[in-house]
Amino acid sequence: MSNREKILSAVRANQPELTALPEIGSLKSLADKANLLTQFTTVATNIGAKVFEVKSLAEVKTIIQNKFGAEKRVVSTIAELSDIADTKEYLGDLPVELADVELAILQSDLAVAENGAVWITEEQMGQRVLPFITQHLAVLVNTKNIVATMHDAYSSISITTQGFGAFVAGPSKTADIEQSLVIGAHGPRSMSLFLFNED
Amino acid sequence: MSTTSTKDHAELAGQFNADEKRVDWHDETLWWIRQKRDKAVNQLPEWELLRETASKIKEHGLSNLSNYLEEFEANAQANGITVHWAADAKEHNEIVHGIIKKHGVNRMVKSKSMLTEECHLNEYLTENGIEVVDSDLGERIVQLAKEPPSHIVLPCIHKKKEEIGDLFHEHLGTPAGVSDPQVLTETARQHLREVFLTRKIALTGVNFAVAETGEFVVCTNEGNADMGAHLSEVHIASMGIEKIIPKREHLGVFLRLLTRSATGQPITTYSSHYKKPRPGQEMHIVIVDNGRSVQLGRKDFRNSLKCIRCGACMNTCPVYRRSGGHSYHNAVSGPIGSILAPNLDMEKYADLPFASTLCGSCSNVCPVKIDIHDQLYKWRQVIVKAGYTTKAKTAGMKMMQWTLSSPGIYHAAGKAGRMVMKYAPFAVNNALNPWYKQRDMPKPPVESFDDWYKKNRGNK
Ligand code: SF4
Repeated sequence: MSNREKILSAVRANQPELTALPEIGSLKSLADKANLLTQFTTVATNIGAKVFEVKSLAEVKTIIQNKFGAEKRVVSTIAELSDIADTKEYLGDLPVELADVELAILQSDLAVAENGAVWITEEQMGQRVLPFITQHLAVLVNTKNIVATMHDAYSSISITTQGFGAFVAGPSKTADIEQSLVIGAHGPRSMSLFLFNED
Repeated sequence: MSTTSTKDHAELAGQFNADEKRVDWHDETLWWIRQKRDKAVNQLPEWELLRETASKIKEHGLSNLSNYLEEFEANAQANGITVHWAADAKEHNEIVHGIIKKHGVNRMVKSKSMLTEECHLNEYLTENGIEVVDSDLGERIVQLAKEPPSHIVLPCIHKKKEEIGDLFHEHLGTPAGVSDPQVLTETARQHLREVFLTRKIALTGVNFAVAETGEFVVCTNEGNADMGAHLSEVHIASMGIEKIIPKREHLGVFLRLLTRSATGQPITTYSSHYKKPRPGQEMHIVIVDNGRSVQLGRKDFRNSLKCIRCGACMNTCPVYRRSGGHSYHNAVSGPIGSILAPNLDMEKYADLPFASTLCGSCSNVCPVKIDIHDQLYKWRQVIVKAGYTTKAKTAGMKMMQWTLSSPGIYHAAGKAGRMVMKYAPFAVNNALNPWYKQRDMPKPPVESFDDWYKKNRGNK
C-alpha cells in the first residue's frame, strides 16, 4: 500500500460519524456596516499604516514625491503613474533583481474595515515578491471597495486567487525581542494607503 | 535539542524557577499578551458565535477528513502543485531531503513550521549536510542559541534582550553590549535578506489548506514566509492532515479568530494565499500524518486536532507562564502540547497531562473550543490505566509540591490552586495512589471569599 493509501485508509477508519457543516450567513449580518471608511482608517492607522485621503492621482504623486526622493527605484503596476515610476521594465526582472526597490505603488480592489487589511492579487503585484521585498509600500484603494468583515471579503468577487493573493495589513513587523514592537522586520518599513472615492 | 528529554516537567520547571525574577517577568509578559487578546475579543460581540462556528467547521472537517484530503489533493495537483504523503516524521524528512537533493543544493531557508519542529527536520537535514536557516526572527534567535522554540507563536519569549544581544554579537557581528530591539531586528533583517536572496529552496508551514480550491494560506507578521517562497525556485510547504478546511469562505471565520487570540492583533500583517507555483517555479506540498490519524480515532482526544496553533492556551496557563515552554520537552508546549504529546509517546510524555492545575482557563480562551482541561484530566486516567502508574504518581506528586511551593500559581491562580487539590493526582485513581492515603493534604478552603461574595451578590 502506498503512503497515500495507508494514511487515507487510517483516516477513513478513524474519523467520527459525519457531522453537519454550520451556516456562516448569520455572522455576516452581525457586522457593523456603519462608517466603514472611519473604521478602516482607524484600524489601519492603529496597525501602523499611514492613511491619506486624496482627490486625484496628481495628489498621490505630490505626496509620494515629497516623501520619497527621486533618485530611488520606484515601481508600480498602475499605468497612469509611469511618469514617477517604472511600470514596465521591472516585470522582466528576476525576483531577486527587485531587491533594490525603494517604493512599490499598487492597487487593491478590496479593503476590510475590521482589520485594516487590503487584498492584493498577483496581477496587482506585478511580481509576487514585490509587496514584500520593497522597502516601502503604497496601495491605492477606492473607498467604495471597503467591506465590513472578512466574511464580506470572502463573498466579494474581487477575492479570486489566480495563482497567488494576499491580505496585507500594515507594514511588516515583529515583537519577537521582549515583545517590543519593531516596524520593518523582513518586509516594508512603511505602508501608505491612498484612499480615493470614484464611482 | 533532546538533551532535556530525560528530565520531566517538574524538574525542568524547577530549573526554570531557579531565577525567580525571570519567572516573574515571563509570567507578566505572557499575561500582558493574554490581556491584549481579551481587549481584541471584547470588541467583537459575535465572538462566541465565531468560536462555536469555527469549532463546528473543524468538527465537520474531521468527520469527513478523508474526502477533504482527496479533494484538496486533486485540486492542488490541478493547480500544478506536487503532493506528497508522509506517514511519519521520518518519511516527511526524507521527502524534503529528496527534493533538496534532486536540485543539487545544500542549503535552504525555512519559515515557521511547528510540524518541522515536531519532525526534527533541522537536525535531520544538518546530519545530511544540508544547512537550514530559520527566517522568523524568534526562530532564528533560538536557532543561534541551539535551543528549540519555547512557544509556538513567540519562539524566544523566554529570552532577555541582553542574551539576544550576546548571540548577535557572537554570530552576526553586532558590537558587544548592544541589546536595543530596534538595532537587533535591523541586524537580523540585513542578515536574513542576504539569505532570502541566495537560497533556491524555501520551506514554509501551512496555517490553512482549502479543500475546495487546493490553495493554502500562510500567516506571518514579518513577511519571512513570502520573502523565502517568492524568491525561491522551489517552494515546499509542510502540513499536518488536520490543516484542511472545507471551503474558502471558512477562511473568513478562522482568520478573524487566529491573530486576535494569538496576540490581540485584528489580523496578521500577511495572510498569503498560495494556489499555483509562479511560472518557472516548483511547488510541493507534503501532507503528514505522524500520529494524527491515531488521535482521530481516540474519541476523547480527537478534538485536539481542531487546534489552529494560536498559542492563547499557553499565554493564559498559570503553569506554562511560570514553568516556561522548555519544561514540556516537546515541540508543542503548554496545555495543547500536553494533549498532543502523549498520543505520540505515552510513556515519554506521561508527565505532561499532570503539568496543569485543570483550572480551565485554556478551554475558555481556545478559539476553536477545544475542551483542553477535560482532555488533560482524561489523559491522566488513560496513562494510569496503561500502566505508567509510577510515572503518573511521581508527576502528580511533583506537580503538587511545585504548585504549593509556587506562590505565583497557588495564590495568584487562586481557584486553580484549589482545583489542583481537588483533582490531581488522586482524583485519577485513589487505589493506585498510595501517596494520597499516606499523607494529609492541606485542606483547601471550599470557596474563596471572592467566590463567596460573587455568588451571594449574584443571588440578590
Ligand atoms: S488549543 Fe486552542 S488555544 Fe491552544 S493553541 Fe490550539 S487553538 Fe489556540
